[in-house]
Order: sequence, then C-alpha cells, then structure tokens
Amino acid sequence: MIVEFGHFALVLAVVVALFQTAVPLWGTLSREPRLMETAKPAAILQLVLFLVAFLALTHAYVTSDFSVANVAANSHSTKPLIYRISGVWGNHEGSMLLWVLILATFGAAVAIFGNNLPLSLRANVLSVQASIALAFGIFMLATSNPFLRLDDVPIDGRGLNPILQDPALAFHPPFLYAGYVGFSIAFSFAIAALIDGRIDAAWARWVRPWTLAAWMCLTLGIAMGSWWAYYELGWGGWWFWDPVENASFMPWLAGTALLHSALVMEKRETLKVWTILLAILTFSLSLMGTFLVRSGVLTSVHAFAVDPERGVAILAIMTIFVGGGLTLFALRAGELRHGGLFAPVSREGALVLNNVLLTTATATVFVGTLYPLLLEGLTGAKISVGPPYFNLTFVPLMVPLLIALPFGPFMPWKRGDIVAVSQRLILAAVLALVAMVATMALAQRGPWLAPIMMAVGVYVMAGSVQELTYRAKIGSAGRDEILRRLRNLPRSIYGTTLAHFGVGMMVVGIVATSAYQTEKVLVLKPGDTAEVAGYTLTFKGVAPHKGPNYREQVGTIEVMRDATPITTLHPSKRIYDSPPQPTSEAGIHASWRGDLYTVLGDAQEEDGGYAFRFYFNPLVRLIWLGALVMFFAGGISLSDRRLRVGAPKRTSRADTPAGAVAAE
Amino acid sequence: MTRKQKRGVLIGAAVAILAVAAIMVALALRDTIVFFQTPSDVAEGKVRPGERFRLGGLVADGSVRRGQGTKVKFAVTDTLQSVSVSYEGILPDLFREGQGVVTEGRLDPSGQFVADTVLAKHDENYMPPEVAAALKEKGVKLGAGAEHPGGKSN
Repeated sequence: MIVEFGHFALVLAVVVALFQTAVPLWGTLSREPRLMETAKPAAILQLVLFLVAFLALTHAYVTSDFSVANVAANSHSTKPLIYRISGVWGNHEGSMLLWVLILATFGAAVAIFGNNLPLSLRANVLSVQASIALAFGIFMLATSNPFLRLDDVPIDGRGLNPILQDPALAFHPPFLYAGYVGFSIAFSFAIAALIDGRIDAAWARWVRPWTLAAWMCLTLGIAMGSWWAYYELGWGGWWFWDPVENASFMPWLAGTALLHSALVMEKRETLKVWTILLAILTFSLSLMGTFLVRSGVLTSVHAFAVDPERGVAILAIMTIFVGGGLTLFALRAGELRHGGLFAPVSREGALVLNNVLLTTATATVFVGTLYPLLLEGLTGAKISVGPPYFNLTFVPLMVPLLIALPFGPFMPWKRGDIVAVSQRLILAAVLALVAMVATMALAQRGPWLAPIMMAVGVYVMAGSVQELTYRAKIGSAGRDEILRRLRNLPRSIYGTTLAHFGVGMMVVGIVATSAYQTEKVLVLKPGDTAEVAGYTLTFKGVAPHKGPNYREQVGTIEVMRDATPITTLHPSKRIYDSPPQPTSEAGIHASWRGDLYTVLGDAQEEDGGYAFRFYFNPLVRLIWLGALVMFFAGGISLSDRRLRVGAPKRTSRADTPAGAVAAE
Repeated sequence: MTRKQKRGVLIGAAVAILAVAAIMVALALRDTIVFFQTPSDVAEGKVRPGERFRLGGLVADGSVRRGQGTKVKFAVTDTLQSVSVSYEGILPDLFREGQGVVTEGRLDPSGQFVADTVLAKHDENYMPPEVAAALKEKGVKLGAGAEHPGGKSN
C-alpha cells in the first residue's frame, strides 16, 4: 500500500514539475505577477511529493518488502539496517530518485529563502529548475521506476554488492549528488538571467552561496569516495584516475573556477559573460558525470544501468539542457555589457589566471576521460588512459596554480604590485625551503621533484596563513589591536584562508604518499616477522570468523616499533553470503606519520604460509583531512553575514553608480 | 596600459596556457595510452615487441601454477588462442579460473606476457566488457552472466 502511495506521489511530483516549468515562465513572459507567484508553492509541493516517494521506497527497503522488484534485486533481509537504508540509493532506480529529491530540495530552498529575489528572476529560476526535475521524472517513470511490483515474490532479496556495504560509501552518493545537483541552481540562475537579458553584481551574490554549498558537498563526497577506495579496495591507493572518479572531479574543478569568477563578478562587475558560461558548463559536466556513470558507457562498480535505452534517454536529457543552455548563451551573451577594467597584475588578474588554469585542467581531464570512448567509436581500438597521462597533463597545470595561489588574496583589486606581494610572502618561501631540505634529509630517496613539490605544499599552507596574519597585523601591532582585528575580520576571510590551507595540506599528503610510499609483497608463515618502514610486523596466524552476512578468514599481525608493541592488525578475506562475493578487508594502523596498511593474500598451498601485501603511506591522512578542512572552510564562508543566503538586495547596489547596470 | 593592451595581455596569457596544455595532451596521448589486445591479436602479431599493452580474456581452466613466494603463472585465453602470463604479487579477490581478467604488462622475448597489474573486478557474473566484446567478435559463445555485466542490478 505504502509503495503504491509512493508511486502515486512520484507521478504527482512530475505533474507539479510540469506545472512549475510552464506557468511561472508564462507569467514572466506575459508580465503577470500572479502566475509568477505560483512558482514558490509549486516548488515546495514538488519537494514534499518527491520526499513522500523517497520515504515510501525507504520504507520498502527497511521492511524488506521483496514484492518490490527494486528491493528484491538489491536488498537482503540479513543486511544491517544502515545498509538496508543506503541500499535505497545503491542501485540505479533508487539513486535517480535521490537525484531528483535533492534537485527538488535545492529548488524549494531557493523558493523559501529567496524572498528578496526579484519576482520575475525567482519565477524563471524555479521554472528552469523544475524543467530539469520534469525531464528526470519522466525518465524515471518511463525507464527506471523503482516502485514496480513482482508477480512472484521471492523469499529473500539478492543483496547489495558487498564492497558497497560500507559506512563511508553509505553517505558518499548523497553528498556527491548534493554537489552535482547543487550546481543546477547556478545553471538555473544563468539561464534565468539569459532569458531576462539582465545581469549584474547582485546576480553573483545570489548565486555564490548556492554554488559554495554545492561545492562543499561535492568536495566531501569525492573525499569520501577516495577514502573508501583507499581502505576498501585493498590496493593502497587513494585515487586511480578512473573515468568514474574523473566524472565527479570535472564538475568540482569547474565549480571551483565558478566560485572564483563569481567573486570577481560580485565585487567588480566584470567577467560576467564568462561566469555565466562557467555556470552552464559546470552543471553540464555534472549532467555528463551522471550520464557517464549511469549509462554503462564506462565500466565500473557504479555502472548500474547497462540498459542501452536508459543511456540514450540520459544522453537525450543532457543534450537538451547542455545544448539549449549553450544556444541561449550564444544568442544572448552579446547583449551582456562588459564590466570594469583591471590591470593584468591585480586581484582580478590573479582570479582570471586561476580560472584559465582550472578550466584548462578540466579540459585535460575531459580529454583523458572521453578519448578512449571516441577512439573506440571511430576506429574500434580499445585503449586505456591511465595515471601517466594525467601526470603529464593535469599535474603540470596545478604547479603554476599552486604557486600563484597565495598571491591572489594579497593582491589589491584593479592594480597590484607583484614585488610588494612577493616581499610579504618571504616567510612562506623560507618555510618552504626548510620543508624541502627536511624532506631531502628524511627521505633520501624518491624522485627529485618530490622535495620541491613538498615545498610547494608547505608554501601554500604558510602563504594562506600569512594573509590572515598580515590583515590582523600580527607581529607589528599590539595584542589588543590584533585581537580586535581578528574579531572584526569578515568570516569569508577565514574561509578563504582555511580553504587554501586545506589545499596545501592535500598537496603535502599527495606528494608524500605518491613519492615515498613503501610497498612490500611477501609470504609469511605463522611466527615470521617483516620490517616495513620502521615497524616490525609479526604474523601470528589466521582464524575463521563469522559476521552477520559474511564469513571471513582473519589474520593477526602484531606491530612493534622500537621494541614497543604498537597495535595488533586484523586484515581479512571475506566471503559474503548474498551475493557470494569475496572481498579483502585491509588492516590499517593510522597515525600522523602515516598509515601502515596490511592486506591478507592467498594461502600458499605447500608450506602453510600466507601472501601479504604491506604498505606504508606517509602523511596520507592529510589528503582527506585537507578535503575536510576545505569543507569546513566553505561552511565558515557560508556563515558570513555578507554572503548569507538572501542577504543581498538589488536596491543596495543601486546606490552606487557602478552597480545596477542593466545589461541592455 | 590602454584597454586594448590590457585585454591583449590577458588573452595572450590564456592562449599561451591553452597551447602548452594542448601540446602536453597530444604528447601524453601519443606516449602513455595502452591498447587492449586479446590472445588472438597477440598470435596474429598485432603487438610490437616490448610494447606495453593490456591483455584480456578468460583465465584458462587448470592453468594457474603458483611458484616461489607470490610468483604465479596462468594462461589467458579467448578460447581460440592463449597466452601464458607470469605475475608476481597478490591476485585480486575475484581472480578465478574460467573468469574474465585483464592484465597489463609486456611480452618478454620468449613470448610470455609479464604482467605487473592484474584486474578482476565486480561480481561473480561479471566479465569486463572489453573481454565480452572481444570474445563475441571471435564468435565465442558466452554464458548467461557475461552479456549482462550489471547482472544482479537489473
């Protein structure tokens, strides 16, 4: 009964989305405020209906209602509660439902918090937003309905792929989707502005908080996925340049560029056309990510929908929105007036450099991800593009970006002095040199570039903090003055500093792990010991164990360091009951120094030994910690009064002659 | 600087960055991509000596021989031809005789494939699509699971 109720709610939601697409837009075209005002209640109703549908499906999963085809195919009664819930989005149909639910949530949030938006802009934004929900809603009802019943009800379900049964992965898709879908707001605002033919600094102020919120979610979502791959797949790596990873990384790169260009637009009313284009491109890359991952074009653990019909349908949706958006852009961009002037060496100039490098980097990832598909389509040759490609193309673009990064916040708007800024960054440069020498002394191996890149990471961290110390006059003013200044600095400054600091942390973690990882593969018999990166590991033996829905062989390894016991690790090999699939569970000892990572391999037939793979990944924690810092930095920035959702008013810009320039 | 000059500097810098990136992309695509080949392709001499490539197919039944330590040898077959593969390291969880596998490495002078990477992902019905497509091309009849890589989700 509840399932039918959910199905009905889904159909109604699509009907509401149709209404919300057509009526408010008709209202703005005919300048009829009463029609425009329907957008808000429609957006809220649409959210409620999608939520009811989603909760109905969740109910079916929690109660293990195997008469529902989707539940029977993806759940199992012995699965722990959390994985029964996460199973809702652990399959194609359910994940599409989550996708539209998040889309509707963002739409309703604009409706509720956007009271100070001009009525016509709000109507247009919500109309565009609803058209996306409409397209995906019809797609779901036509090809991927999660509420279909089975005639023959099975006794039990077929289970969720065991490697997906994991706490980090349970929350990876919701955050990733919140990121992908959150960029739809920037897209809807861009299209609404193009329909209107008007765009000004206030537009950027409205768009930036939504983009920032989406960017935060995407950052966390990608980091969770990377962390999961690290400890679950048992390969000791944290990023594989897998096409599916790239699909989520491209919108992140473009979204990061968008955050920075919207800043220029908000403060200086320039880069308008570019920012609009970037908003369209960022969401287009999100749609492409959904298409690549969900269509089965790429092969991965994410490719649920191998049904070609679905792939074609998502491709059609993508073509309509990307093509439509870009066509509208081409028609209207010329009408948008260009903004203020600035010297190449200035804050604006630095942010343009940021944008050029980030979008070029996005393009290199794009080529590396799609070239194999293109080549196979044209010549039939099957190739794989792996890490060597990205090391040659993406990484070199990041180096100038990182070197320029601390300069940006120090640069004044309009015109800057590169020598004066360099002088302020001397301390950061000195710390970077110290880090380089320390790395060379400690490691004494590895590629020659690694100490330099470690220095770059430390320089970014120090340079970001230096901006704060400079603004607070730490070192030159008295204690009270410093405290007063620290209190009065806007939160967005803290956000910027912290986010850039997080980037530096990541760089240090990435370089240390990539260049100085220790890997050992060997066979141990019970009682044998091995030395890995200063740790002494003693293999004690292997014992069987039974979990709630799996059986496993658990190895016991005692870890000593300088003759003192540190910990006992238990890498294991599991076989799940349903589906009967083997997985490896790594035993990890994490510390600030780095992670000791142990994987149990196969038993050796002849002598009772076991194969083991040991890694030591120095400073690897900083990678995910850096991402977490970036996430919180975004939160701090979002809580800034000046940026708070709904705070800006168009009238306030009208006071200054520079503002309030209609684009006509 | 005049307005024109300022714009010129910005556009010039952007074009320079794009040009350098484009050259790097072209070089990287020439030098770093790895082709996928089947054992029949290898038998037909489609692989240049010393070239790094991906070899995909099924792990031949009864071919897995464990050696000293973590050394292991097995044969990859597309049922028409097979290539002997040597690998040192831990095989993936889903590596099994009769199942699909993708390995990456080079042929040694004796014609043996020395792999440094062995991939066998996904669930028990799964066969890498390159393998499935390649086998189909060779007219090999596949089991039920192979045509449907997403298997259990549908």
